[in-house]
Amino acid sequence: MQVKEYKPLIVAFCCNWCSYAGADLAGNNRLNYPADVKIIRVPCSCRVNPMFVLRAFQRGADGVIICGCHPGDCHYTSGNYFTRRRMAALFSMLDYLGIEKERTRVEWVSAAEGAKFAATMNDFASTVAALGENKRLEDLRCKK
Amino acid sequence: MQKITREQLIEKAAALLAGGTVTAVLGWSKGEFDYDVTPAVFHTAEELNKDFVWNDFCGANFSKYLVAKAAKEEGKVLVFLKPCDTYSFNQLLTEHRFDREKVYAVGIPCEGMADIAKIKEICGEGISSIDCGEKIAVTTIYEDEPVMIDAKDVLAERCVNCKSKKHVAYDELMGEEGTVIDSARFDEVAKIEAMTPDERFAFWQNELSRCIRCNACRDACPACTCEKCVFDNPNSGVENKAPANSFEEKMFHIIRAFHVAGRCTDCGECSRVCPQNIPLHLLNRKFIKDMNEFYGEYQAGEEVGTRAPLVNYTTGDIEPGEVFDRRDTDA
Repeated sequence: MQVKEYKPLIVAFCCNWCSYAGADLAGNNRLNYPADVKIIRVPCSCRVNPMFVLRAFQRGADGVIICGCHPGDCHYTSGNYFTRRRMAALFSMLDYLGIEKERTRVEWVSAAEGAKFAATMNDFASTVAALGENKRLEDLRCKK
Repeated sequence: MQKITREQLIEKAAALLAGGTVTAVLGWSKGEFDYDVTPAVFHTAEELNKDFVWNDFCGANFSKYLVAKAAKEEGKVLVFLKPCDTYSFNQLLTEHRFDREKVYAVGIPCEGMADIAKIKEICGEGISSIDCGEKIAVTTIYEDEPVMIDAKDVLAERCVNCKSKKHVAYDELMGEEGTVIDSARFDEVAKIEAMTPDERFAFWQNELSRCIRCNACRDACPACTCEKCVFDNPNSGVENKAPANSFEEKMFHIIRAFHVAGRCTDCGECSRVCPQNIPLHLLNRKFIKDMNEFYGEYQAGEEVGTRAPLVNYTTGDIEPGEVFDRRDTDA
């Protein structure tokens, strides 16, 4: 019997104006990052509702990362400032409920930082892989 | 034992009704048992004399009732507010949820409310009557003599760590002006924070798995005043049904607490109404504690018109990742 190698599933919410373009640049530059990172494009990082993060975990994500423009560079002037407050509160709450804090992250990646995008994803994927499967926020009904 | 008596409150309400200042009174009335006091609307002095109740079980926070009631009544509505209710009152005014001109608020002192679960721990089931005098006299169907309990021993969890005896909003105050208490209300939260992640997970699993999704915490919460709630959305898959698994339990409680984060005045209604005695206020207090630490002290409802932390920002805010670094270095 062949044992399936464990690969973490990572959901990355990337803002349209910076991080998504950063991911594009990483691709153009032929930089490697794990194929297990699934990118979801959002108009702004502050579009990410706490429910999105929980839903991602429910549907099988092992880690969720939110990428946006650097503070001060938001396309909509102040969107990422709100993201920063919201996610600080949400991640702190998840930690309070006993969910591993390494599974969630917020990172600022600009359109010019293709290398940073690839490095961030590599680092995050290996951190999550070390934790193993997400058991604490899983929904068995969503497992295949 | 409350400082103010039922007779004083009825007298005040009857005088205001007779004088035409108000046309309706929001008050407490007797429920099926002596301890399940329910909110009610009174229109005449006779109704007040017959049904009005004021004792150690009058926990209900009337601020939220004003949203529906103040809009409906012709004249003004008289509302009795305990100190913690006045914070919710201010918070709802900040959010423009009711017309201040249509409300006549009377601040009344509160000595803390009793928790029936704690009384039942002492006396057991089968309570036939409860008399709130100097001490709480509980008569059960099994004993002839009532059991006398000191109200201080059966205070509700939220009242043990009362945050304030000060009324922050009123038209008229009965009794003396209280003060803000520097209570140890975050101690419980700190205790949970000090556990390991495995212990925290086990603790919350144990608490939240009792949830039956009756939605009482949402319905009673003075901060939850959306006309359409996300949990009533038929497309959400989580509308009005018992949690199917541990994920749904957690999701409901995380989202519920998050939706009131920054606006929660810590009145503790969620924990009071919970039929399963889940300490929901510990979730809300975690948010309050975090926001106080990250963005400076903020008490929702202390003043009208303040901006809650989550709808505000500064350019130098703490990064989400730093939150944990800072805590780990503190430890």
